[in-house]
Amino acid sequence: MSEARGPRTTDSGIEVAPLYTPHDLGDPAELKQRLGHPGQPPFTRGPYEEMYRERLWTMRQYAGYGSASETNQRFRYLLSQGQTALSVAFDLPTQLGLDSTDPTAKPEVGRVGVAIDTADDMVELFNGLPLDQLSVNFTINATAPIILAFYLVAAEQQGSDRSQLAGTLQNDILKEFLARKTFIYPPEPSMRLVGDVVEYCTAELPRFNPISITGYHAREAGCNAIQELALTMSDAIAYATLLVDRGLSFDAFAPRFSFHFATTLELFEEVAKLRAARRLWAKIARDRFGATKPEAMRLRFFSGCSGATLTAQQPLNNVVRSTIQCLGAVLGGAQSIHVMGYDEAMAIPSDAAVTLALRTQQILGHETGVVDTVDPLAGSYFVESLTDQIEARANELIQSIDEAGGAVRAIEAGLPQHWIAENAYRIERAISDGTTVKVGVNAYTDDSKTEDLTLFEIDDQSRDRQCSRLEAHIAGRDGSATMAALGSLAEAIRSEQNVMGPLIDAARAGATLGEMSSVLKDHFGTHREPPPW
Amino acid sequence: MNKPVRVLIVKPGLDGHDRGAKVVAFALRDAGCEVIYLGLRSTAEEIMTAATQEDVDLIGASVLSGAHIELVSDLLTERSHHGLDNTPIVVGGIVPPGDVDRLLQLGVDDVFPAGTVLTDVVSRVMALADRSLR
Repeated sequence: MSEARGPRTTDSGIEVAPLYTPHDLGDPAELKQRLGHPGQPPFTRGPYEEMYRERLWTMRQYAGYGSASETNQRFRYLLSQGQTALSVAFDLPTQLGLDSTDPTAKPEVGRVGVAIDTADDMVELFNGLPLDQLSVNFTINATAPIILAFYLVAAEQQGSDRSQLAGTLQNDILKEFLARKTFIYPPEPSMRLVGDVVEYCTAELPRFNPISITGYHAREAGCNAIQELALTMSDAIAYATLLVDRGLSFDAFAPRFSFHFATTLELFEEVAKLRAARRLWAKIARDRFGATKPEAMRLRFFSGCSGATLTAQQPLNNVVRSTIQCLGAVLGGAQSIHVMGYDEAMAIPSDAAVTLALRTQQILGHETGVVDTVDPLAGSYFVESLTDQIEARANELIQSIDEAGGAVRAIEAGLPQHWIAENAYRIERAISDGTTVKVGVNAYTDDSKTEDLTLFEIDDQSRDRQCSRLEAHIAGRDGSATMAALGSLAEAIRSEQNVMGPLIDAARAGATLGEMSSVLKDHFGTHREPPPW
Repeated sequence: MNKPVRVLIVKPGLDGHDRGAKVVAFALRDAGCEVIYLGLRSTAEEIMTAATQEDVDLIGASVLSGAHIELVSDLLTERSHHGLDNTPIVVGGIVPPGDVDRLLQLGVDDVFPAGTVLTDVVSRVMALADRSLR
């Protein structure tokens, strides 16, 4: 393997000079303006004045598998180990509006997350975990309104006051069309549902984030840091436009917007991207939407590090990779962080891998001192130069999405999907031909040893138990009340009313996720993706 | 001149992680194959119907949800029903090391777990497809 010669570039193609100097900072007065003060627009240096001196980031490992009671056990374990909030992973049937008993759901029940079919399952999921004291993140999109309804019924049954509920509903359907692909309905009606959720939460749940606008999955699917940032901003613009068009005030809903980015191994570029993200959003909020409240211009984000950088080969190397990614998220000023387990290129993480991921966060937070001052890389000739270049290049891409008619139209035309697939292919070719060095994959390989890891395995009985539980639930409910509630839901959809009220009523009346989703499907239809070429 | 190799790339099950499937589809196209990409959430029946109609030489299935054993078993059963037993099936995705042998024992022709280098995928697919063409 030869050392790379000639021009060097970052992951997203920004040329890197051998040396940066004060010249790269530009005019000192302008730099001061671009940076501002932490906690004040344009928030380049951080969303809060004191940052981690006041409070460490929220440590939130994404977790879920099997049935609600099994996941409840893992939640309790993570909290006992010092995790400070929860993050729920749902299985694919739950994400796609299918009950666990649906024949197409069968192979996938409880695999990549927990199976939730009814409000009772949500009650079980949080059994003994007080929702008015625990912030919960829900990675759920197409079925986000239904999951929110289940959550509110569970909170109600615990006696929790709605005004105290804190957490985040991902509810970002546009990035599902871009990357993660758990869409159900076509883009337009999907956007309506996003709007219904945000509208409802803005009025009813003052401490809850009703949307997390996410570049993470597009990045994981293959795009670069600049594209990730631009797509996130374009999606946020589309949501904000929809809500403003509904007559909501930007200053009222935007403070509860939350964001989600990847942090990969390209340390300085990632820190620069996260700083540029805050500055970009502050400008978009002010210039496009006329925000007047600083909170409405303040970008807060969650970072999920990056699973795509992990390798199945020499899996313990992933501990090192994850540590660097977590450091990047901290130096970039994250509000909450998930660190990947070292075995996630092979299976969902084992207890040992999850615990070490949490310990990684705790070590960075308590042993390294990186949290003792705000935005420690500010003023670095290199990092400031990267921040400026990323902002400028992301702006150009946002403009190209604008010219395509905005995020919804661009996605319908397949434009950003093309960016993602092309760049993913470029990355794999570079690993294949050795241009990119990946330790353990195309360099420093060692076939003589295989790591003796104990991987996580799903309990095969879990699915049967979940299906029996659902059948018993249906047999035990007042079927006519359920049907009446589903009828009201259908009527609300037809008459363009907000669906959240009827969904909560239906959840209370024992309707299943599959039943509610079917009503939505009957009215909205389903989406099938255009071919990749 | 040889007839180009025809490959069907599919995503059975509910998993939407299509990065690997698309990257492999692009690479096989660049290697001269005619690639049919069937898209997400295809059932075993849809996949084998497409394989018959498109007269493909090989089927590549990508699964990252952990449901590979069940989904691939369904594919193999359906392949027999369609009389396509001579059409090789390869599987890629998040496959734990212990499951690679299980898939091969079930009757899959090759397995590419996450981390397989792209050129390796292409050459192994081409070798299998050539065999099935002969």
